[in-house]
Amino acid sequence: MSKAFWRRFCRNKGAVLGLLVLAVALVLVAVGPLLAPNDPWDMVQQPFLAPLQEAGFPMGTDTMGRDIFSGVVRGARISLLIAVVSTAVSLLIGVGIGAVAGYFGGWVDATLMRFTELFQAVPSFALAIVLVAIFQPSVGAIVAAIAIVSWPPVARLVRGEFLSLRQRDFVAAAQLAGLSTPRIILTQVLPNAASPIVVMASLMVATAILLESSLSFLGLGDPNQMSWGYMVGSARTVLRQAWWMAVFPGLAIVLTVLALNLVGEGLNDGLNARADGRSR
Amino acid sequence: MSALPHMGAQPAAAADAPVLAIDGLDIRLPAGADRALAVQGASLQLRAGQTLCVVGESGSGKSMIANAIMGLLPGPQVAPVAGRILFQGQDLLQLDEAGLRQLRGSRIGMVFQEPMTALNPVMRIGEQIGEVFDAHLRLPAAEKRQRILAALADVGLPDPALLIDSHPFRLSGGQRQRVMIACAMALEPALLICDEPTTALDVTTQAQILALIRGLQHRRGMAVLFITHDFGVVSEIADQVVVMQTGCIVEAGDVQQVLRAPRNAYTRQLIAAIPQGRARQPVGDAGAPLVLQVQDLCKTHVTGRGLFSRGRRVEAAKDVSFDLRQGQTLGLVGESGSGKSSVGRCLVGLSPFESGRILFKGRSLLSGGPLMRQSGGKIQMVFQDPNASLNPRQKVGAAIAAGPIAQGVPVHEAQARCRELLALVGLGAEAADRWPHEFSGGQRQRICIARALAMQPELLVADEPVSALDVSVQAQVLKLFAEVRQRFQLAMVFITHDLRVAGEMCDHIAVMQRGRVVEHGPAAEVLTNPRHAYTQALINAVPRLAA
Repeated sequence: MSKAFWRRFCRNKGAVLGLLVLAVALVLVAVGPLLAPNDPWDMVQQPFLAPLQEAGFPMGTDTMGRDIFSGVVRGARISLLIAVVSTAVSLLIGVGIGAVAGYFGGWVDATLMRFTELFQAVPSFALAIVLVAIFQPSVGAIVAAIAIVSWPPVARLVRGEFLSLRQRDFVAAAQLAGLSTPRIILTQVLPNAASPIVVMASLMVATAILLESSLSFLGLGDPNQMSWGYMVGSARTVLRQAWWMAVFPGLAIVLTVLALNLVGEGLNDGLNARADGRSR
Repeated sequence: MSALPHMGAQPAAAADAPVLAIDGLDIRLPAGADRALAVQGASLQLRAGQTLCVVGESGSGKSMIANAIMGLLPGPQVAPVAGRILFQGQDLLQLDEAGLRQLRGSRIGMVFQEPMTALNPVMRIGEQIGEVFDAHLRLPAAEKRQRILAALADVGLPDPALLIDSHPFRLSGGQRQRVMIACAMALEPALLICDEPTTALDVTTQAQILALIRGLQHRRGMAVLFITHDFGVVSEIADQVVVMQTGCIVEAGDVQQVLRAPRNAYTRQLIAAIPQGRARQPVGDAGAPLVLQVQDLCKTHVTGRGLFSRGRRVEAAKDVSFDLRQGQTLGLVGESGSGKSSVGRCLVGLSPFESGRILFKGRSLLSGGPLMRQSGGKIQMVFQDPNASLNPRQKVGAAIAAGPIAQGVPVHEAQARCRELLALVGLGAEAADRWPHEFSGGQRQRICIARALAMQPELLVADEPVSALDVSVQAQVLKLFAEVRQRFQLAMVFITHDLRVAGEMCDHIAVMQRGRVVEHGPAAEVLTNPRHAYTQALINAVPRLAA
């Protein structure tokens, strides 16, 4: 990460804002228990307390008198954890399959891409629901389900990059120098495909948060973990009496996803060295 | 706007006034570029019926002038900041977009460098030329078609009635460039701007296109602004010459005067750098050990093969045979598609061959990937495009040392060798810690040579190593090739389309046409006394200095 990268990144004001929002979210995850000492599952006050009505409950309470602020803070931890881990796993699968398919081409490529299309043919959210239902809802199962439904686009992107990079002369030169194939893939081709992968990863974290929230909204979240999606889901029935129950976790989701998208765009600018001096 | 002169309605008084007059033009570059102004104080004049060549190396700002005339400069960062561009007495820089649009295509035509990308691949040829008419005139469909056919016939395309409904992919590069010229000439412009129109073409096609432009100019009496880096082309086509260096015009004048008696040092340097095609005297005694023997090499490309179709077969090499001794250089010469690069890639093992034998130091090598392992890195290659042949994410030192390290050379020794070689190719050892993008095209080609030499090769295959470089850089890189060949007693296969380069570099020349070697012999003999008709055509097409 060079100076030039930061200069280009910071030229995108939205990306800087997104980075700030993400930093706040991470601080919440780290020091959350100090700010919101209540257990999000405990009944600590009377139900349906409006925001700021009572000191110590800035976001009010829910149908059972649980502290919503504690829930949002605690939910940040589980939402971000699931999003980051599932993105990492799907990157591993996607980059691996895409790299092999794109580098070797031919029947290897054809086989792996048909396999990828198998996953792309099924609507991803429906597949995620089925997977979670089969495995029983738990953090592990949700991570696995999200990873399994979100790797195919990565594989296709990486394959495309590899197909074109494979033809470059520097790959031929590395072959002539006697470098082994895994070494060529890792040291010659992959670094050149890194920027689109990084940008895509930032957007995948955002979609993973949405997927996890949607699963929890449907009651398929981990029953032992407070998450944003579960909170929005449980507020559904009382939306007209207690708007704050849905609005605060919902805002948390919107802000985080928006921030990740902005950062993704900033990374795109920052990693694209050719954009230097042109446009913008 | 409404005062625009219409076609054919020229005021008689303007007959001897210049069609185009550029006066003190400055074009700025974005902050952070290598200089503040892309073009500085450029002034030139061009009269009807004359051709003005703007000559310079890449980055000299010559294309910027053409784009400024057409109003095609990219946005607010790169824009004219001073001066005037008078086209038939009208300042183009004062015109708005709508005004410029009326001139483009009708009064000013432009031909671009890359014919392969300048045509829309999903539009029929006729439609693309028809767009020019649609933009400026209202014609009945039948008349429009007649005029398109006439335009196609005018640029010497065979069978216009068939071509008008074809898609661009059916046409060769030269034919596409003819279509581009037909587009530019459709409305009989007063000024034709050609931005390196022949640089991407073969030498024989180049000669035809130059003849076409000259012929059209004589018939129509238009002014041509011709941008090129090649003094050979200049001597073929120009009446006036303007030489540019880093944005400034350093010399201007009549073509004969500039070519015969250049006043400026830079012009002299450019003219001196042109390969003269003086044949090199063969070196290396006949008793030197044979490094490479190629016997009846055959290679076929199959394109478009699917599950149920056989695909189209193209013979890239058919019964190619030659020998190469230590310290000698063989030139493989031919037009694009002649199979010379395919032979090169077979020799290093980057692509497999079907039949025949490749013997390296007397040992028969397998085809494709196993060849690379058998040769143990002793057969190396230097590629054409210096931008694509270095990994942009790897430092120069690491790129050079990676090969020897993979062959088992200890790391510190490989790094020492890398620094030594960088000094040898004239870059200095400190280049090892820099990134490829910090170097110019010629310097990158030097790095590629160092990378190949790091493997201590015995055979070097150079695939068009200088065709992407400016002529003065080309001369330096060729000199470096000659030096390392001498120093390491390398056997070299030098692939090129340029007979002048081949003559200077090679002991023997093999001329290839459609996968076959049609003529093979000592360089001096092939160049001065070509026996095959194709070789003669190639030699005649080479643009020569009139001087």
